Amino acid sequence: MTETIHATDATAAWQAAIAKAKLREADFSTLSGVPLQPGYTPEDAPLDYANDLGHPGQFPFTRGVHPTMYRGRLWTMRQFAGFGTAVETNERFKFLLDHGQTGLSVAFDFPTLMGRDSDDEMCLGEVGQVGVAISSLADMQRLFDGIPMDQVSTSMTINGPAPILLAFYIACAERNGVDPKLLTGTVQNDILKEYQAQHAWLVAPEPALRMITDVMGYCSTHVPKWNTISISGYHIREAGSTAAQELAFTLANGMEYVRRGVAAGQDVDDFAPRLSFFFDSHLDFFEEIAKFRAARRIWARKMKNEFGAKDPRSWMLRFHTQTAGVSLTAQQPENNIVRTAYEALAAVLGGTQSLHTNSMDETLSLPTEKAVKIALRTQQVLAEETEVAHVADPLAGSFFVEAATNRIEAEAEAYFQAIEERGGVVPSIQDGYFQKEIHESAVIYQRATERGTKRIVGVNCFVEGEAAPDIDIHRIRPEAELEARANLAKLRSERDEARATQELANIREACRGDANLLERFIAAAHADCTLGEIAQVLREEFGEFKEPKIL
Amino acid sequence: MTDRRIRVLVAKPGLDGHDRGAKTVASVLRDHGMEVIYTGLHKTPDMIAEIALQEDVDVVGLSILSGAHMALFPRVREELVKRDMGHVLLVGGGIIPEDDRTNLEQDGFAKLFGPGTNTDSIAEYIQAEMKTRWAAEGVDA
Repeated sequence: MTETIHATDATAAWQAAIAKAKLREADFSTLSGVPLQPGYTPEDAPLDYANDLGHPGQFPFTRGVHPTMYRGRLWTMRQFAGFGTAVETNERFKFLLDHGQTGLSVAFDFPTLMGRDSDDEMCLGEVGQVGVAISSLADMQRLFDGIPMDQVSTSMTINGPAPILLAFYIACAERNGVDPKLLTGTVQNDILKEYQAQHAWLVAPEPALRMITDVMGYCSTHVPKWNTISISGYHIREAGSTAAQELAFTLANGMEYVRRGVAAGQDVDDFAPRLSFFFDSHLDFFEEIAKFRAARRIWARKMKNEFGAKDPRSWMLRFHTQTAGVSLTAQQPENNIVRTAYEALAAVLGGTQSLHTNSMDETLSLPTEKAVKIALRTQQVLAEETEVAHVADPLAGSFFVEAATNRIEAEAEAYFQAIEERGGVVPSIQDGYFQKEIHESAVIYQRATERGTKRIVGVNCFVEGEAAPDIDIHRIRPEAELEARANLAKLRSERDEARATQELANIREACRGDANLLERFIAAAHADCTLGEIAQVLREEFGEFKEPKIL
Repeated sequence: MTDRRIRVLVAKPGLDGHDRGAKTVASVLRDHGMEVIYTGLHKTPDMIAEIALQEDVDVVGLSILSGAHMALFPRVREELVKRDMGHVLLVGGGIIPEDDRTNLEQDGFAKLFGPGTNTDSIAEYIQAEMKTRWAAEGVDA
């Protein structure tokens, strides 16, 4: 009793002191605009340890998916790379592997992302610019030349035409004498967030979702170690969402894929362990850590309680993280190294399974080799020198972090409710709900930086004048586009045309029925059908997506 | 003595899906009292010039973050000229290296805005430019 009175007195005294205190002129809210208290107490973070946290490696996995976290193995350092032709990117891959990177991550150019060949009229000037141009199995073979596909895990950031690129990859392994059962890696294959945020789609949502269930179905038997979707919040966040929106929309998309898989007659435990996630790590250190922890807890509960998954691997949310590209500044670009380091630390304290750290020059161009190496070294310093990887979930029990985790979970639940009331994820895409929510948050944040309530060093404070940044720029060789076109012309002239035509007809037939499309794409890859040719059949059969007007 | 409002087309040429900047700028220009038409994504130079003509805009703002600006920006300008729309105030923004910016600004682009630009300053720039142009034409704004 006495103690309670004491605590109450102490709290009252603290509140009074806060009310009287003279504060700095600053906006004391999170990066997402959520007001913060000057300090947090046990009352702000009511916790039932066993139910809400559990030990590391135990349900609901708030504290991480492994009992010892990084003592077993460190996170995978996986730098997203790709530019120009397959041959150039192959060289960059080998450079990264030589410098201690432990997995590959392929960035494709816009033509590839949109399902168009390098020689398509629509692609003038875009070939090889933001990633590597891959239009055929032959390009994929050049990309992985001399790389042991059974030993290196590969992540491919591709969505609209993901099943086609995955088919090229599987066919490439077969040509290299590697059993697809040994392939490890991830294809992003997350079409829902394309409509919401990233905007590289191929066909309308329903047929796109059918192709995704085809991928899940095929891979569970033939490529069992492959992660068939990387459900991505990264692009939602980069497009302007808050942390809670990123989490809520991503998990809502994840649950939609699970529903589709179950509706297609698959057992949830057959495919759910192969779903993985991908989040942004932005500058608000504690809010990001709370987001990662909340993500695991929400997913575990939904999978167990709502979808009836019984395999613990189905409950575990495993995720890749990329530091926030939008947090980088063109002004004083070396400062980006520091931003990225803090963001990387948040990802590791949040329990990420793999990590990409951005390079300092990415607001100016694709990164130079030097900038990429510093970004990779940032992770290596974190892993080897800071000693942060020894203890699982070291911030558990922090009143502030637990309160933030609870807060983000509650915000996400409110969004799930709102999405359900609108008829689900696909109708909410078609009426522009997500796009509008993301846009509004983006504008609020932009205005906050311009009014100076959110401060950015080098942009709205500690500005150094207008001199152009004195760092090297990575320019894409203009010849890359010509070489990619020449490769395609050669491929088309040398292939067995009758066989290619037959395989495209088989795909058309599969679109109209329910045969597994991924299987047909693999056959077409072996017949040297191109990405653009296969995608064109899909566009014709399935219809294109019409972007809703939100402003 | 009409109180003429500035009409702006915000456009996304090429395959680039990054529309955060374009949409944010569109919203801010609207807050500054301009009439703003946004093209949506994945438009060819031909389509953009055609919309500019149909909507009879005073300003065309292009946004691109895919690195294809040197292929696409001059083509938008050519298509505008073809339609007798060479007089519009042509501006742009995105990830555009300094050298390219200089070249484009010598080649029909009034101004290119890079990362970190204050969006109000874009609005103020457009208003000031249009005021000068209209004053020269005897239009009251």
